[in-house]
Amino acid sequence: MVMFFLKRMGEALVTVWGVVTIVFFITRILGDPITLFVPIGATNAQIAALTHSYGLDLPLWKQYIHYVIDILHGNFGKSFIFGYSALQVVLQRLPATILLASTALFLGVLSGTIAGAVAALKKGGIAELTIMAVAVLAQATPTFWLGIMFILWFAVHLHWLPAGGYGTLSNLILPAATLGVFVFSSLARLLRSSILDILQEDYIRTARAKGLYPTTILCWHIARNALIPITTMVALLTGELLGGSVVTETVFGWPGIGRLTIQAIQASDFPVIQAAVFIDAALFVLINLSVDLLYQFLDPRIRSRG
Amino acid sequence: MKDFFKTLLRSYSGCAGFILLSSFVVLALIAPWINLPDPIIGNLHERLLPPDWTGLHPLGTDPVGRDILSRLIYGGQTTLMVAFSAVALGAILGTGIGILAGFSGGIIDRILMRIIDIQLSFPLMMLTLLVVAVLGPSIGNVIIVLALTSWTRYTRIIRGQVLVLKEREFILSAKAIGASAFWIMRQHILPNVLTPVMVIATLELARIIIMMAALSFLGLGVQPPDPDWGQMLAEGRVYISTAWWIVLFPGLAILLTTLAVNLLGDWLRDYFDPKTRLKR
Repeated sequence: MVMFFLKRMGEALVTVWGVVTIVFFITRILGDPITLFVPIGATNAQIAALTHSYGLDLPLWKQYIHYVIDILHGNFGKSFIFGYSALQVVLQRLPATILLASTALFLGVLSGTIAGAVAALKKGGIAELTIMAVAVLAQATPTFWLGIMFILWFAVHLHWLPAGGYGTLSNLILPAATLGVFVFSSLARLLRSSILDILQEDYIRTARAKGLYPTTILCWHIARNALIPITTMVALLTGELLGGSVVTETVFGWPGIGRLTIQAIQASDFPVIQAAVFIDAALFVLINLSVDLLYQFLDPRIRSRG
Repeated sequence: MKDFFKTLLRSYSGCAGFILLSSFVVLALIAPWINLPDPIIGNLHERLLPPDWTGLHPLGTDPVGRDILSRLIYGGQTTLMVAFSAVALGAILGTGIGILAGFSGGIIDRILMRIIDIQLSFPLMMLTLLVVAVLGPSIGNVIIVLALTSWTRYTRIIRGQVLVLKEREFILSAKAIGASAFWIMRQHILPNVLTPVMVIATLELARIIIMMAALSFLGLGVQPPDPDWGQMLAEGRVYISTAWWIVLFPGLAILLTTLAVNLLGDWLRDYFDPKTRLKR
């Protein structure tokens, strides 16, 4: 168990290092770092000074070493727009993104689990047909358009909820529902097909033959086994939510990392873009690591192998 | 091929997806020959006209007086062109690397799989934004970026298939008679993995269409004045309280296209899946 944990930690660190290297490669080799890191409208003398202070006049391998050391110190440079540490700018926006992602995840997992289970257990009925039709439609709907339609209906037409903003519960409902629909559609379909698979298993037949109550079978045999694919999916979706909320945050003017990244791109604020990508990737790795550890508790078959 | 269409006709959803998608493709192809109002130059006297099913502008006009229907059809041209190119590029890249990794094994395989692990732990949207921000938005760059987000999905599955294939007798005998590795990969392995490639490509098409619309919506995809669905949504957002038709129709276009592709993709997957095939 300890060995497994250490091995996965090591792999996670390698991944973070890989992300850092990819970002370095993209910004320094694919693009022209001088135009990326110098604010628009700088004079030639300023450009020369900044080039020097960022070490952009050094050979590439030296730049890489400096870059990695800076990141280990949490130093991504100063934001051009805000004038202070880019990492701090990003971390300030983190709570808003986490609040939105976790609310959306909660709504989506709750509705998706119920809908998926109902669709599988009432197979062939009108409930399954409706749920699956909604899930297929929801899967094809672009989140940002759904967000705009929610604003059109609930804010502009009915005046029930604000069209954007941040701070109160009423601001949270529309963006969380928009992202929640995306979670719902992926989860409902997955859960339905995995429960249908589980129902075919021998241990379900045995449990039924033993004369166990259907509720006992549902809680002990079906739910426990369905938990594994759900966990995998939720981990994947969490990652997508952290990055994928870029458009939703933009639509609703939600002050999270996604909207910050777009503002930074529009203003060519590269230190902030880099820091945002790094934080996002680090969170993603952290979530995957926790899920891998969670499996150990969920599935004894994995535990014995680890 | 005959069997293919026969089973397609028997599935409502597969059939619906096929008809919907092919009509979008045909519409995009014949766009220049239907007598549509200019999608780029508008008439300011006709700005923000609501939909009029029988008139000159059946779906209304936008803030600079351009016909929405015409922009939707030309936007469809751009969307399908970019999406198909990105899918093709991603499929070629992913399949090639998958075959290489699976067939050569050893250190090459390990390095390639590690790269995939790293890329998969990178939120796709962030990767896309970063590359577009560095390269600058243009149609070519959008195609490259979308293909880059896509290749890993092929590589993993194809590699697995190749690992099984390479132990098969026809490959072993090709090796025994001294065929070169490249020749075996091209002649024996590639044709045997084309089926999963087709299924993944169809499902990827849907994801890529949505992602492309998102990029254009954020102003990082297709640039004005070229019409594009995501960009039309972004422009219409400002007029949401007065002119709902500008945001409704481009979104519906994205939804219907993605839906069509998804339905077709799900059907294709079942069609090629030996488990469900036995039931037919």
